[in-house]
Amino acid sequence: MEQFFPNGIVHYLVGGLIIGAAVGLLFVTTGLIGGMSMVFSSTWSYVSKQPFFQQARFTESRAWRLAYAAGLVLGGLVWLLWSATGTWQTGVSWWQLAVGGFLVGFGARMSNGCTSGHGICGLASLQLPSLLAVLTFLATAIITAQLMARIGGAL
Amino acid sequence: MKPATLLWALVSGVLFGFGLSFSTMTHPEVVLGFLRFTDLGLLLVLGGAVVVATLFYQFAPRLLAKPLFGTAWGKHPSEINMRTIGGAAIFGIGWGLCGVCPGPAIAGLGSGNWPLLVAVVTIFAGAWVQGRFFGR
Repeated sequence: MEQFFPNGIVHYLVGGLIIGAAVGLLFVTTGLIGGMSMVFSSTWSYVSKQPFFQQARFTESRAWRLAYAAGLVLGGLVWLLWSATGTWQTGVSWWQLAVGGFLVGFGARMSNGCTSGHGICGLASLQLPSLLAVLTFLATAIITAQLMARIGGAL
Repeated sequence: MKPATLLWALVSGVLFGFGLSFSTMTHPEVVLGFLRFTDLGLLLVLGGAVVVATLFYQFAPRLLAKPLFGTAWGKHPSEINMRTIGGAAIFGIGWGLCGVCPGPAIAGLGSGNWPLLVAVVTIFAGAWVQGRFFGR
């Protein structure tokens, strides 16, 4: 176990249960499916006149998706105050964040789901397309990260 | 939109953001460590979240006629086609490059992980390019 989980397992398991409870709470109170990638499209409907962004699925969900995203930021802040560990910044280079982020945004919206949309909500809905999406992005992510480690060495 | 919907979205979001931070998924290094097989913790996070979410998704519609403060039970729409699978492949390449995905990118800002702002901005950009030129 040590070699697979050098940083312990409790915070991973408990954190996962909390995340599942959050998605479940949103569902049982509102009936909404709480993936996190669509807010990156629906929010554009506030400023873009493009027909694509003015579709009902974006304009009708943009308000709650923004509230959900605001909650995420607030949740990070609550954890920061509660854990008292102090802030921490990633050492991943800015160009990796920039290029990786762009592909994440493009790909998640093309696929209509991300790690939470397909990975949590899709699997919890017992959706075969989501299972295939999860296996696909796990495969390409593992290959990319392993290649980067080989050629780049660092993060 | 009913105020109750916005309120519960906010409350659920807080819980989600807390869980992402608690599980250190807001640290791209931890995600990249999983993808390089040095720490498989991410599987426990995903597994734990899926088990709990599955219980809610499968049992709530059987026990309640409608959501507590809503009108109808939603569905996660998706089908097996090139967009779903091709998009996932592109998403994975980006995820493997930076260790950041949409939820942790947003939640990380709340705990002061400022460099993630770069990813948040480019995720917005990627979503715009996708919708503007390839959307339907």
